[in-house]
Amino acid sequence: MKTDQQTEFYENLEKKGVSRRDFLKYCTALTATMGLSYSCVGKVAEQIEAAAAQRPAVIWLHFGECTGCSEAFLRTPDVGGIILETISVEYHETIMAASGHQAEQNLHNAVKQYDGKFVCVVEGAIATAHNGAYGKIGGRTFLDIAWDVIPRAAATIAIGSCAAYGGVAAAAPNPGGYKGVTDAIGAPAINLPGCPMNPLNLLGTILKYLNNEPMEMDGYGRPLFAYGESVHDRCPRLKHYENFEFATEFGSKEVEMGYCLLDLGCKGPDTYNNCPTAKFNDSTSFPIQAGHPCIGCSEPGFWDYMTPFYEET
Amino acid sequence: MGQRILIDPITRIEGHLRIEVEVENGKVKDAWSSGQMFRGIEMMLKGRDPRDAHHFVQRSCGVCTYIHALSSVRAVEAACNITIPDNARIIRNLLHGAQYQHDHIVHFYHLHALDWVDIVSALSADPVKTASLSENVSGRPGTAEYFRTVQDKLKTFVNSGQLGPFNNAYWGHPAYLLPAEANLMAASHYLEALKLQAKAARMHAIFGGKNPHPQSLVVGGVTCIGDLTPERLDEFTQIWKETKEFVDQVYIPDLLAVASFYKDWAGIGGNNTTYLAYGDFPRKGVDDDLLLPGGVLMGDLTPRSLDTNLITEDVTRGWYEPGEARHPYQGETRPIPAEVTYNTEDKYSWMKAPRYDGRSAEVGPLARNLVAYTRGQKDVKQLVDHVLTTLGVGTEALFSTLGRTAARGIETVVVGNAMESWIDELRSNIARGDKEIYQPWIMPDTGMGYGLNDVPRGALGHWIEIDKKKIKNYQYVVPSTWNLGPSDATNQKGPVENSLIGTPVADPKQPLEILRTVHSYDPCIACAVHVIDPHTNETYKVRVI
Repeated sequence: MKTDQQTEFYENLEKKGVSRRDFLKYCTALTATMGLSYSCVGKVAEQIEAAAAQRPAVIWLHFGECTGCSEAFLRTPDVGGIILETISVEYHETIMAASGHQAEQNLHNAVKQYDGKFVCVVEGAIATAHNGAYGKIGGRTFLDIAWDVIPRAAATIAIGSCAAYGGVAAAAPNPGGYKGVTDAIGAPAINLPGCPMNPLNLLGTILKYLNNEPMEMDGYGRPLFAYGESVHDRCPRLKHYENFEFATEFGSKEVEMGYCLLDLGCKGPDTYNNCPTAKFNDSTSFPIQAGHPCIGCSEPGFWDYMTPFYEET
Repeated sequence: MGQRILIDPITRIEGHLRIEVEVENGKVKDAWSSGQMFRGIEMMLKGRDPRDAHHFVQRSCGVCTYIHALSSVRAVEAACNITIPDNARIIRNLLHGAQYQHDHIVHFYHLHALDWVDIVSALSADPVKTASLSENVSGRPGTAEYFRTVQDKLKTFVNSGQLGPFNNAYWGHPAYLLPAEANLMAASHYLEALKLQAKAARMHAIFGGKNPHPQSLVVGGVTCIGDLTPERLDEFTQIWKETKEFVDQVYIPDLLAVASFYKDWAGIGGNNTTYLAYGDFPRKGVDDDLLLPGGVLMGDLTPRSLDTNLITEDVTRGWYEPGEARHPYQGETRPIPAEVTYNTEDKYSWMKAPRYDGRSAEVGPLARNLVAYTRGQKDVKQLVDHVLTTLGVGTEALFSTLGRTAARGIETVVVGNAMESWIDELRSNIARGDKEIYQPWIMPDTGMGYGLNDVPRGALGHWIEIDKKKIKNYQYVVPSTWNLGPSDATNQKGPVENSLIGTPVADPKQPLEILRTVHSYDPCIACAVHVIDPHTNETYKVRVI
């Protein structure tokens, strides 16, 4: 049963053109998978109301990356509402209309205008070899831009395994000397690894941040609400593992019956993330459901430590 | 010497791209395209397990997700002589088809549209007139109320003073020609498409576990056995249908409506003579009977057969040590292991310059349309003719910025239509008890193979050599490298550089026209710059856990 506060919240959203059904579905997913409370959502509603005058500024930097995490964010069911009405994306190379000089000007102005107040979302790893020569934007190295922008943010969220820990760019032998944000410049960051990160985890983090909720994190800088348990412990195939029922061939009857994928190389026991419960693309699926082992993509250095992917570790 | 204009970063693309042009008498006289980042995925692959390669290469790009993984498993399957089950072929086609639908819609509305659509002008549109415009041109007309709501939303947004992604663009530029009402209609569909694409991506999640970076391909087939249920197929079919309706009723009508105001652009942004398509969507065996045929056009409209032996990459103008142009199997690349200098007279990009029989070749929707058209592919021919007739232009209009953008829409329809037959095939196979999706196999000690596909941005090929059951050499030649690569040893420019020459530039401080042609190629720079092996012949030792 909904409280008055919730009813009012949805009405406000609808006035802003956000479909109640979309948002309700979305919040349900958030609350169910992340332990976020309706009161939290309610407070965010107040934040959104208060933000009618000014929405929280977000500066989104792209470094050594594949844009997969931006794409994942764009798969959020009402991403238009988030971009136009909830936050203000001041700089984001993939979606912004301005290019070249005008784009650079936007970044410069936003950092100046929101100095110490903006949220910096970082996607991609930072090249550090040869003074950062292997990655540049507007003639400046990723490293220069990182030093210039990140220390001036109120909070930094490193999305995806690349921004968090270097990711694929840092896989051995790492010719560009790629590193995650904290390793590259020593700045603290909330790490949301995954390849790509689950957009629910980003939204959950932003909601908690807007709500001034404390963010408990593990030793790798990952919020516990999303990364507190292993994929294995949340896996729908867990009971078969406990019964010693293991699939040994892809596409087999055993995989279909839900047998454990450990013998096929699954890295679920060593991987901390909420894929089995949060799932992807509006709760459609996640890799283990699709019959493929977990490759450990939210663990630091997984491209080296978790490979070969199809061998039991 | 004319005036130099530098645009860096080029936004609304994937990756880090710098474009420089020289403008004289209001037109581009010369152009340079430069990739500004590399990571070096190929060299990471050396010494690793060939089965793992598709996971690495898929991370070349999250926009063109899936497609590198597909090339990679095809290459390893070729090297290991594996024939995948028919259901695996169908499911791979469905995933690939879904990528075409998603990618092209996002490109048109979210990456390209703002080059033609002035969002600020939409604020002064009359919602009633917009409704009657949409009644005339759109398959999904909106009411005045609907357009007023969207306009109010935009006004609230603009009045907030926080323009976010729309800040500081070229609004009001004289090259924007749409009436305010057409701008409002397009802006409304920009928002609709944003919602639709999130849904369309679920087609990947159904058989691939997630999007981006679906995870159900393996060498030998696919893994999604638990999703071969009538309910899952219905779910897929429903989303496919909704996506197709959007394409037919909104995307294509918008494309034609916008194009009708920009017919000048049917004479700008061409200039290429060689067009290359590998073709894709096998309807029986892997290499037989492709929905989109492969072939090469070299200066005329007679399609020739593809010969992959004629593919080379030249590194003269890239930041690499000097070396001769090589075929991917012999690919040898040595980047300058130091700070590099951007110099348009010498070396200016991280991209290599792929060549076919020594020629720079355009790849992508236009190349595919031209090859299919000249090969007499009925679906493509019919739609191309329809578009040309509707716009009242001749076939020469295809060789342009506008032609390239129209070609993308045309193949979205062709591939989208074909997906229905693959869904039916899969359904009937399952109904008669055939759920085979994986062919067990054993890794040979040695092998060589390549996997070709034609992906939303163009012809993609991966070449692998296996030795002692590990990757000895791995090279891939990528669509955006073909299209956005630099000049070569003979000073022959890349396709985008060629296309920019002659482009009018009304205001050098706001080079909107440059963006139109560059975006018409849908650049993806993370894909384009993935190569490098600074330690030639040195094989990285795999860490054994």
